[in-house]
Amino acid sequence: MYGYMGKILRVNLTNRTYSTEDFDFEFGKKYLGARGVGVKIMMDEVPAKTDPFSPENKIIVASGGLTGAPIPTSGRYMVITKSPLTGTIAISNSGGHWGPSFKATGHDLIIFEGKADSPVYLYIEDDKVEIRDANHLWGKTVLETTEAINEELEGFKVMAIGPAGEKLSLISAIMNDVDRAAGRGGVGAVMGSKNLKAIVVKGSNKIPIFDSEKTKEVSKSKVSTLRNDPVAGSGLPSYGSAVLVNIINESGVFPVKNFQEAYTDEADTISGESLTEHHLVKKSACYRCPIACGRVVKLDDGTVVGGPEYETIWAFGADCGLYDLETINKANMICNDYGLDTISAGATIAAAMELYQRGFIKDEDIAADGLSLNWGDAEAVLGWTKKMATREGFGDKLADGSFRLATSYGAPELSMSVKKQELPAYDPRAIQGHGLSYAVNNRGGCHIKGYMISPEILGYPEKLDRFSLEGKAAYTKIFLDLTAVIDSIGLCVFTTFGLGLPDYVDMYNAVVGDVHTNESLLEAGERIWNLEKLFNIREGFSSSDDKLPKRLVEDPIPNGPSKGHVHKLSELLPEYYSVRGWDKEGVPTLETLNRLGLEEYSKYIDKESDSEGALSF
Amino acid sequence: MIKIEVRLFATFRENRERKYFFELPKETNILDILNKLNIDREDASLILLNGVDGDVDRKLKDGDVLSLFPPVGGG
Ligand code: SF4
Repeated sequence: MYGYMGKILRVNLTNRTYSTEDFDFEFGKKYLGARGVGVKIMMDEVPAKTDPFSPENKIIVASGGLTGAPIPTSGRYMVITKSPLTGTIAISNSGGHWGPSFKATGHDLIIFEGKADSPVYLYIEDDKVEIRDANHLWGKTVLETTEAINEELEGFKVMAIGPAGEKLSLISAIMNDVDRAAGRGGVGAVMGSKNLKAIVVKGSNKIPIFDSEKTKEVSKSKVSTLRNDPVAGSGLPSYGSAVLVNIINESGVFPVKNFQEAYTDEADTISGESLTEHHLVKKSACYRCPIACGRVVKLDDGTVVGGPEYETIWAFGADCGLYDLETINKANMICNDYGLDTISAGATIAAAMELYQRGFIKDEDIAADGLSLNWGDAEAVLGWTKKMATREGFGDKLADGSFRLATSYGAPELSMSVKKQELPAYDPRAIQGHGLSYAVNNRGGCHIKGYMISPEILGYPEKLDRFSLEGKAAYTKIFLDLTAVIDSIGLCVFTTFGLGLPDYVDMYNAVVGDVHTNESLLEAGERIWNLEKLFNIREGFSSSDDKLPKRLVEDPIPNGPSKGHVHKLSELLPEYYSVRGWDKEGVPTLETLNRLGLEEYSKYIDKESDSEGALSF
Repeated sequence: MIKIEVRLFATFRENRERKYFFELPKETNILDILNKLNIDREDASLILLNGVDGDVDRKLKDGDVLSLFPPVGGG
């Protein structure tokens, strides 16, 4: 077996025991690794309707077949669990250096079960596995935790939750290497619910490579393609993802004040260009990444910290009506340190500000906190971010995200979310494919698993008319499936600016063996997408959950260059279901399951035998 | 004559202003502007005319806003 380490680590936190199992190569080929394998295990081992915070929920931390291999951007790993925020499958991806170090311990993935009765952390050094006491780490920030571990142990990579995950914030993240995040879906809180503070890893195992010469050759050629690509080789490294601020704003799809507007004259003050000019200290890169889109920035007081991504700049910036990079850099730092998802955290404050603007939240509700909910108030944005992470005062309500907040005031429509997860930084009313991608996403509001901004705004791999519906359903499907492939093999999705499906096949086959063709690899992505969908169907999700906030389908964009547009979801959705081989209700047909080798799950699409508890003789 | 605004982004700002306000003859098209600013047509990967994709041979109207970007991406 090549590419994979061949070993699964199963940790029972209740009993504080562990065991190892063989990782089946056939399983690897069919589900690729990381995301695909994690979803499959969740489906097979976690019963339907499991409470995400109960010991019965599991968290899977998984590498892909290429994670850690000598292949560009192979630093990625995934966290898969049932999301406490959405109730759907959670599939969160992170980069940095932790993933490859974990894989070097000789394991492909860890399955966490049960719940420890007091704080613990998991120590792995090759075969040596220990579930250690973490009472001394509980309550510490991610940075403090990482420093404390580094004092105790030498050369370990640290993945940890911060206070937000400990306090079960539904928008809490899992952090690694201090400032990289598996951010979305409230995965930090699932670790918190299990009293699992951190996973520290150090390994000396080499990844078995199918064809080393070929791998070298393929890697060299892909690195050079990426280096010569204008986006991956120049645009992203120069400005980071924040370069999007001006592009998205100039296109009139930059959500302002909780999606009340879609353009602002002030965007340039928080743009990638401004970040580079005034705050950037240096670039940073994940493991084996020639792109280096990461930013390191300096705060006014001289502190040097990880810089914000585009989404973060938007969430704490324009979405909160705030145009000040210093404040955004600080908010980003608080989120990394306390372990909060920056998109959901910023967007939840924005929703609170609109609830206040419209009189739902009253002055007396927040008086005791000494913070305002006025648009653009920097002190308030920072103050609420911290209170949200620690569940202090009104921050307690913010900690569960915008949907629960808005619903508690009788105004769920003011939460700009899909399946209760906050939407990212693009107004879909004038980007039809991207809006579809939001609505159908298996993990709720998300931009990255089907990044239609690439063809609809940026022109990669080709330029599509963003207002048109034509061909968008089929295109969106391919993007969703291809991203499932990239997530599952263990690479970074930003490589898609320079690479295409045949490149991923080349890399996979060189490392793992000649197992996939273009068709079979993309089909594996489709299989993974369908399996996630089945997980959600089993949880009770239906086509009525594949929707966008009312504002985005009913109220035309009021200002800027995309003025007058609404999203036409009702026209796109039936076509999307049809290109997927799903029925009108958005349920995969038996034929589709058979085609994808998922027939063992056909009971979940059979509406007649839906009731699991029904008597059968 | 028409009055237009040109906005430059990312590396296009190197050795140029961020914004230009031009008064130009009526038949001016986008390519004329690129030439005027010494920007290679190939390098202008994203050309937005009033926020929407514009072809280089499009003629400009009074009050138009032209936004020019080199190849950039993110997510
Ligand atoms: S492109 Fe950016 S996020 Fe992706 S691996 Fe490289 S540095 Fe990390």
